Amino acid sequence: MTISVTITVNGQQETRDVEPRTLLVQFLREHLQLTGTHVGCDTSQCGACVVHIDGKSVKSCTILAAQAQGAKVITIEGLAQDGKLHPMQEAFREHHALQCGFCTPGMIMSAVDLAQRNPNPSEETVRHELEGNLCRCTGYHNIVKAVMAGAQAMRG
Amino acid sequence: MYAFNYHRPASLADAAKLLGGASDGKFIAGGQTLLPTLKNRLASPSDLVDLTGIAELGGISASGGAVSIGAITKHAAVATSADVKKAIPALAKLAGGIGDPQVRNMGTCGGSVANNDPAADYPAAVVGLNATVHTNKRKIAADAFFTGLFETALEEGEIITKIEFPQPKRAGYEKFRNPASRYAMVGVFVAETANGIRVAVTGAGPCVFRHTEMEAALGKSFSPDALKGIKTDPAKMNSDIHGSGEYRAHLVGVVAKRAVQNALG
Ligand SMILES: Cc1cc2nc3c(=O)[nH]c(=O)nc-3n(C[C@H](O)[C@H](O)[C@H](O)COP(=O)(O)OP(=O)(O)OC[C@H]3O[C@@H](n4cnc5c(N)ncnc54)[C@H](O)[C@@H]3O)c2cc1C
Ligand code: FES
Ligand code: FES
Repeated sequence: MTISVTITVNGQQETRDVEPRTLLVQFLREHLQLTGTHVGCDTSQCGACVVHIDGKSVKSCTILAAQAQGAKVITIEGLAQDGKLHPMQEAFREHHALQCGFCTPGMIMSAVDLAQRNPNPSEETVRHELEGNLCRCTGYHNIVKAVMAGAQAMRG
Repeated sequence: MYAFNYHRPASLADAAKLLGGASDGKFIAGGQTLLPTLKNRLASPSDLVDLTGIAELGGISASGGAVSIGAITKHAAVATSADVKKAIPALAKLAGGIGDPQVRNMGTCGGSVANNDPAADYPAAVVGLNATVHTNKRKIAADAFFTGLFETALEEGEIITKIEFPQPKRAGYEKFRNPASRYAMVGVFVAETANGIRVAVTGAGPCVFRHTEMEAALGKSFSPDALKGIKTDPAKMNSDIHGSGEYRAHLVGVVAKRAVQNALG
């Protein structure tokens, strides 16, 4: 059995016939070829798969595409506007907040959500809020710096 | 995951009918527990009935000295609710300490209570505050709801609709988190309620339980010192790679004192 799922992804309405067991991350990567969203653990631990559903960060490896029926999803591909990086992406580049880059899409999506809820986050808040995102390379230090700078840039 | 059919009804009656009509149906709310279980192929339901499209299962309301939380209310909504923060700050704190922000944006109050994971946070609040679990069939008192490891009084096909938490005089929650999973190694919810002191312990044993010796001691003097010397039986604790029964029994005492301190503000 397949079901029809319609999700607005990065501003574009997308409808696909999928198996009900299709995860949101599979819908994005395999059906829409949006491979910026990564799968690190597939067990809701690492946060590489974080996207926004209706403005809130969630782990797309632990959500059925069907659960996002009718929702607005933003992925890492949807952050840059008119060829210009989002301030949080720019801050990650500027502060060298990535090495291999595998965790980065999820880190940035979590960071944008965090900054929307905490426009002026302390270092402690950033570290606490990034609990759901693991990085095996950087040691987090530059990520925290970047998120604080990115949040400031988002305040304008 | 094995294949299944998926339904998203808009009413409680339809949800019950869909589950009844399935050969082996299961409800899904946030999916933060169920989907990992399905991925591991530990369950193979024929049908998933999504409860999150049922409007009457949502929302938080505070009135008559109680806070009611709809079953599909997300942990993040409880953590940030002005009503919950005002009436029962310890409950807002508990919800805000579950998992991580992404889990809190999907996981629901009803799902956590229905699942009764031995290390989950919500069961401690339900028992500690003497809450009432409302279902599509009846009301169940906290003390009768959690019956064992992942076991509850819910019958096949019964749906939690909301949880009604009476407002305590004061309450505090403290958890010692497993640093990897963030679930409770030990969590203690202490409340001074209209009918006396209640102390609910999660994470430590196979199922949330009341610590009656601590309740009696706090009834005499509501202070961390009142708990000095009270022992918890290690034989009744969980013992696993994260900690021995002795370790958890000791932690119960430490965490309970902090919970009382939190209640005192
Ligand atoms: C990385 C991670 C960390 C976590 N950390 C914590 C933590 O620190 N503390 C904690 O307490 N929890 C933690 N959780 C679990 C989380 O809180 C879950 O959201 C919760 O246990 C289940 O809620 P759900 O809405 O996701 O339920 P689901 O996974 O959708 O369902 C769970 C079970 O409940 C049943 N169910 C759901 N809703 C109802 C209802 N209304 N009536 C009857 N049955 C129902 C389902 O059939 C299923 O059997 C964590 C989860 C993850 C993935
Ligand atoms: S891939 Fe989703 S949390 Fe790791
Ligand atoms: S930069 Fe490599 S995992 Fe984070």
